[in-house]
Amino acid sequence: MSITYLEAIREAQAKALALDERVFIYGQDVGAFGGAFKATKGLAKEFPGRVLDSPISEDAAIGLAVGASYEGMRPIIEMQFADFSSVAFSQIVNQAATQFWRTQVPCPLVVRLPSGSTAGSGPFHSQSMEAIYAHYPGLIVMNPATVEDAYQMFLEAVSIDDPVIFCEHKFLYYHLKADALPTEIRPSLPVGKARVTRAGRDATVVTYGALVHEALSAADKLAAEGAEIEVVDLRTVKPLDLDTILGSVARTGRLLCAGEAAPWGGTTAEVISRVAQEGFTLLDAPPMRLNARDTPVPYHPALWQAHRPGAQSIVRAVRDLLKF
Amino acid sequence: MVDAVAAAPPSEVQAGTPAQPPPNYLETFRWMLLARTLEERIASLYRAGKIFGGVFLGTGQEALSASLGVSLREGDYFGPLIRDMAGRLAFGEAPVDVTRTYLGSPLGPMQARDGNIHRGRPKQGIFPMISHLGTMVSVVAGALLARRLRGTLPGAVGATCIGDGGTSTGAFHEGMNLAAVERLPLVVVVANNQYAYSTPTSRQFACADLLDRAAGYGFAGHDVDGTDLVACLQTVGAAVAEARAGKGPQMIVARLLRLTGHGEHDDASYMDPALRASAVGGDCLKLARQQILTRGWAQEADLDAWRVKCLSQVDAAVATAQSDAPPDLARVHWTALSTTDLNSVFPQP
Repeated sequence: MSITYLEAIREAQAKALALDERVFIYGQDVGAFGGAFKATKGLAKEFPGRVLDSPISEDAAIGLAVGASYEGMRPIIEMQFADFSSVAFSQIVNQAATQFWRTQVPCPLVVRLPSGSTAGSGPFHSQSMEAIYAHYPGLIVMNPATVEDAYQMFLEAVSIDDPVIFCEHKFLYYHLKADALPTEIRPSLPVGKARVTRAGRDATVVTYGALVHEALSAADKLAAEGAEIEVVDLRTVKPLDLDTILGSVARTGRLLCAGEAAPWGGTTAEVISRVAQEGFTLLDAPPMRLNARDTPVPYHPALWQAHRPGAQSIVRAVRDLLKF
Repeated sequence: MVDAVAAAPPSEVQAGTPAQPPPNYLETFRWMLLARTLEERIASLYRAGKIFGGVFLGTGQEALSASLGVSLREGDYFGPLIRDMAGRLAFGEAPVDVTRTYLGSPLGPMQARDGNIHRGRPKQGIFPMISHLGTMVSVVAGALLARRLRGTLPGAVGATCIGDGGTSTGAFHEGMNLAAVERLPLVVVVANNQYAYSTPTSRQFACADLLDRAAGYGFAGHDVDGTDLVACLQTVGAAVAEARAGKGPQMIVARLLRLTGHGEHDDASYMDPALRASAVGGDCLKLARQQILTRGWAQEADLDAWRVKCLSQVDAAVATAQSDAPPDLARVHWTALSTTDLNSVFPQP
C-alpha cells in the first residue's frame, strides 16, 4: 500500500472538510468531476454542498473566498493550474493580502496552485508563481516537496488565519510516493521551518518543490566523487527560514540555491542576498544561483529538460562551487 | 443628443398622499443632507490642506445611494464604492469613521493604514473597497454564499455599487456571472453618471443601455432616474425586496450625472455643459428639497433645523478626529499577517 503526493493532497482536503465545517472547496471542475488532476475526487459526494464547481472566473473565485472569509468560512480555492492564478492576481494581492493590515480582520483562505513544469505542458500549464506571491506582504507561500509535507502542511494551511498560497508541484503528483499517510495531522517540523533533508559538510544546496529530489539525486552523484552535499528543503518560501539556511552555510561554507522559476529576482535571489548580507563571513566561495532559463517554459521534452534545473545541472554547479 | 431641458420635475408620487411622503422619504432625505454636509466639510478640509490623500465625493448621487442604504438592514452586506457616502451613513457608518479615515487617525476603522473611501467594518457588514473596480461584486457574493453554506441565507441581502466605467472590467463581469450562477440575493447598483474620470460613456461601452447587460448576466434589470428620490426609493426598495424574497440577483442602472470632478483635484472641465443642463444633470438633493416644500411634507423651518443638526454632527465628527493623536511610530506592528510567528523579519538599518 502506498500513497502519492496527489492522493495526500486529496486526503488532506477530505480531512480538512471533516475536521471543520467552515471549510469548503471552490474551483473549476472540482465537484462531481473531481478536478482536472482528481485532487478532489469523490469529495463532492462525501461532503454534499461543500465542494462547488465555479465558472471559469479565477478573479471572482478569490473575491468569493475573501467574502466568505468575512463570514467566518475557511475557503479552499483550486486554481486548475498555477498559471491561471495570474487572472486572479488582483484579488489575491490587492484584496486577500491587504485585508488583515487594513482591517485587522484575518483572511483565512488557501489557494491551491498546481505548479511547476512537466514535459509537454508548455508555457501556460507549467509556471512557478511562488516568488510573485511571496513578494507581496500578507501572504504565506508553501512549497511542499514530500508526501508527508503535502498532507500536513496543507492541513496547517487551512488552519492558519492568513491567506496561504499552496504551491503543489505537478511533477510530484504521480511520481512521488510514500508508504502511508502520516498518522499525525501536525507537521513534525512547524510551518515556516526549513528541513535539512540530507546532511553534508562540503556544500549546501538550498531548494524547494520538485528540485529537492533533483538535488538529492545530484548529492548521490557527487557523493561518488567524494563530495558531501547538504540539501536544505525550504518547505515555505515565505516566511523564509534563514536560520536553518545560515546554520547549514556555517557548516559547509558554500551555497548553491536552486529554483525552477525564472531567473530574474525570485526565491533564489532572495536567499542569496540574505545570506550575503547576514552570513557573509560564513562563505568560503561566492554563493551561486541556479534557475530556469529566461524564456517561457518550452513544450518539447528535450527543450523542457534543457530549460529547467535538474540533477545534472546541479551537479555541474556544485562542482564549480567546490572548485573555488 | 442631450435633451437640454432644465431639471426634470420630480416624478408623480405613487405612494403616500400629497400630505404624506412615501415611506422612508424624509429619513432618506436627511441621510442625503448629512452626506452632502459631511462631504462639503471634507472638501473644505482638503482645500485647507488637512487631508493627506485624495477626496472623492458623491455629489448628485445621494438619492440613489441613500435609497440603497435605507433599504438594507442589519445583517445585510454592503460593498459601497467611492460615491456612496449617503448609502454608508444610511446603512450605519458613523460620521466619525469617515472623518477619522480621511484625517488618518489611528483610532479609525482603518487605523491610518488606509484612507478616504477605503474604509469599512467587515464585521458590521460594510466591506472596505479596494481601488480595483468590479472586485467587490464577487466579495459580496462570497459573503452571501457563505451564509447559504451555513444555512443562514434566507432573508439576507448583499448590495454593491459601481459606476458606468467599472462595468467595463473583467472583475465586474466575472462577479456578476458568478452571482447569477449561484442565484444569490445580490443587488448591484450601477450609477451611470456619464463619466469614468474623464471618459464619457461613448468611449466606455457600445451597448444601447447598460441595463441591457442585466439580462445577459441573468439579473433582473431595473432602470431608474437617479435624480429623483421618490423613484430611487421605489426602484431600489423593490429590487432589494425582490432579492430578499429569493427572486435572484438584481441590477439597477440609474441615470444621473456626477456633479463634481472625479476627485477634488479634478475640475471636470471636460464635462459637456449640455449634460449639466439636461434632465440627467439635476441635483437630487435640490429636487427633493423642492418636492418636500411643494408637497408640504415639511416646512422650510424643518429643513433648516435638519441642516443645523447635520452641521453639528459633522462638527463633532471632525473635532473628534482632529483631536486624535497621529500614529505612534513606536507602537506600530509592522506585520501584514495575523499569524505573528509567521511574520517575515527583514533587517532594518
